[in-house]
Amino acid sequence: MKVVVLVKQTPDTAELPKVAAEDVRAGKVKATMVINPWDEYAAEEAILLGDRFDADSVAISMGTPESADALKHALAMGVGAAALVDSSDVSGGDLFTTAGALAAAVQAQGDVDLVLTGKQSVDDNSGAVFAGVAAKLGWPLVSGVSKIVDIADGRISVERLVEGGQETLSVPLPAVVSVGKEINDPRYPSFMGIRKAGKANIPATPAGIAANSGKTQWTNIRKPEERKSKCTMIDGASAQEKAAKLADALIADKVI
Amino acid sequence: MSVLVWIEQSQSGVVANSWEVLGQGRKLADALGTSLAAALIGSDTSAAAEEARTYGADSVLTLTSPALAQYRLSGYAAALKQAVAESGATVLLAAATTRGRELTAMLAAELDAGLAPDAIDLRIENGSLVAVRSVYSNNILTDVTFSSPLQVASVRPRSFPMPEAGAASGEVKAVAVTMSDGDIKEQVVAMKSADNSEVSLTDASKIVSGGRGVSQDPEKGFVLVTELAATLGAAVGASRAAVDAGYVPYKHQVGQTGKTVKPDLYIAAGISGAIQHLAGMGSSKVIVAINKDAEAPIFERATYGIVGDLYEVLPALTSELKKRLGK
Ligand SMILES: Cc1cc2nc3c(=O)[nH]c(=O)nc-3n(C[C@H](O)[C@H](O)[C@H](O)COP(=O)(O)OP(=O)(O)OC[C@H]3O[C@@H](n4cnc5c(N)ncnc54)[C@H](O)[C@@H]3O)c2cc1C
Ligand SMILES: Nc1ncnc2c1ncn2[C@@H]1O[C@H](COP(=O)(O)O)[C@@H](O)[C@H]1O
Repeated sequence: MKVVVLVKQTPDTAELPKVAAEDVRAGKVKATMVINPWDEYAAEEAILLGDRFDADSVAISMGTPESADALKHALAMGVGAAALVDSSDVSGGDLFTTAGALAAAVQAQGDVDLVLTGKQSVDDNSGAVFAGVAAKLGWPLVSGVSKIVDIADGRISVERLVEGGQETLSVPLPAVVSVGKEINDPRYPSFMGIRKAGKANIPATPAGIAANSGKTQWTNIRKPEERKSKCTMIDGASAQEKAAKLADALIADKVI
Repeated sequence: MSVLVWIEQSQSGVVANSWEVLGQGRKLADALGTSLAAALIGSDTSAAAEEARTYGADSVLTLTSPALAQYRLSGYAAALKQAVAESGATVLLAAATTRGRELTAMLAAELDAGLAPDAIDLRIENGSLVAVRSVYSNNILTDVTFSSPLQVASVRPRSFPMPEAGAASGEVKAVAVTMSDGDIKEQVVAMKSADNSEVSLTDASKIVSGGRGVSQDPEKGFVLVTELAATLGAAVGASRAAVDAGYVPYKHQVGQTGKTVKPDLYIAAGISGAIQHLAGMGSSKVIVAINKDAEAPIFERATYGIVGDLYEVLPALTSELKKRLGK
């Protein structure tokens, strides 16, 4: 069995507030880049499935060659191999062009049974690339999976949380599954793993996307307005007095 | 041409956020000079269809089949595709719930349409949809413009007001569904309903959250948080530190790797205000911070701040609000 895990390189979440609008516009965000935290859960699950079902795992990322650290992180965790889809020449793409290039990279791997992805990227926040990948491959999709129950007889059964409850679904393989953070606790790469990943040779293939093939464009990229109101400190001699003053304010604001 | 809105049904009826989207759909359709259609998919859609007529849809398309009794992505995508064709939709919208997000994404991908996921605002410019998205975990805003004939967006819950129900107008049109159970790839093996007595976080207009500040006596701390929430009719939230420590289950987590919420009132007790927490609640209308450390970063984002011990402030607030709200 072969499992592909899609990992993206994204800014360290602690540095997101400092991201400048003009850098997003230019496509050159200045921040420490790390593996998208949501994708660590997908990488961990790929490794666990390797143990449970004797599966081979491959991590695939689309990005520039400088951004292969996400793949190295996945390798250091224990994913078997890695491949980069080089996006250096891509211009005017959107989330579905990314999905198309990733789907092609999955196909290039040969007999893949399962594609695992994260819930969303902390920069684009789309939560949609996996749907594009599934649509391009013509495979079923289950999103937001909290547990892989079993893989048997050409089907995978999974649990996921939806509004109003938890459902257990079974879909035929090959399939695309995006995972949520309830699914596991991603391991920290071991020292040995980091050393091995550092030496790994990661093959890169150009994304091969025509210019401006995206169906959507980002325009008027801007910082959100700072909250105008400064914090009003509620003082009082006792907790009761503070509570009463706060209640007055909340009633005046019509929020209660 | 039309603006088409998928109205989501759950076991307990229509997901109310769908009406918010339908309400905004009315404005977009008027700006485009086209009609507004609602699509209802399921095994029984009659009650919801009647309701949709009162929220301003010009036509309500019902796609009913026993095979559609339970939500399954491939079946619902096929049905919604029929609705898009039937209504000649150029704009397709749904509430950005778990299901709404994946359904719109799948449909946009299959129909080669542009997608704006989890949009927070929608308008029409030059006869085309423009969506506003919050990206980089609420640190950047961007307009999304489209170059495809069909324009698809999922809409973050509570981005638009609940429309007022009016007199029922609009016609109900049944669209023939030919699919059978065997055409749908997914099987629902089991379905466990969540406890309905809790207010869901993403729908909540008020949220009271607790953080690591309750560590001295976590059980009591979350009892105090829950009592204040119950008094206000609010949902209970938590920071990741509180979830990781096992004080409350993950479904309560607010933030970067939890839920993004936008209530009218967010009360944070014993939460320091880490960037990753702010990413999930920073756009709340009024934020109240209760923290014993006057230097805690949460005060920089809060509307009102109380420096104090949450074990004293929370019960005082609960009893004060009980008086005010006549409970
Ligand atoms: C990739 C990544 C994703 C993350 N995602 C999330 C996320 O989704 N959500 C999230 O919340 N965090 C997230 N975090 C974690 C985040 O960085 C913080 O660690 C976390 O939010 C801290 O939680 P806290 O405020 O409850 O705890 P602390 O930072 O420890 O703050 C506790 C606060 O309680 C106050 N306090 C203590 N005792 C009392 C008392 N008796 N009365 C009143 N106040 C008191 C203290 O002064 C302090 O300010 C993420 C981190 C990373 C790296
Ligand atoms: N450039 C990329 N390379 C590899 N995987 C990606 C890329 N973009 C998105 N993904 C995967 O798709 C998931 C959802 O991303 P998004 O739709 O951008 O929120 C991520 O968690 C990744 O697993």
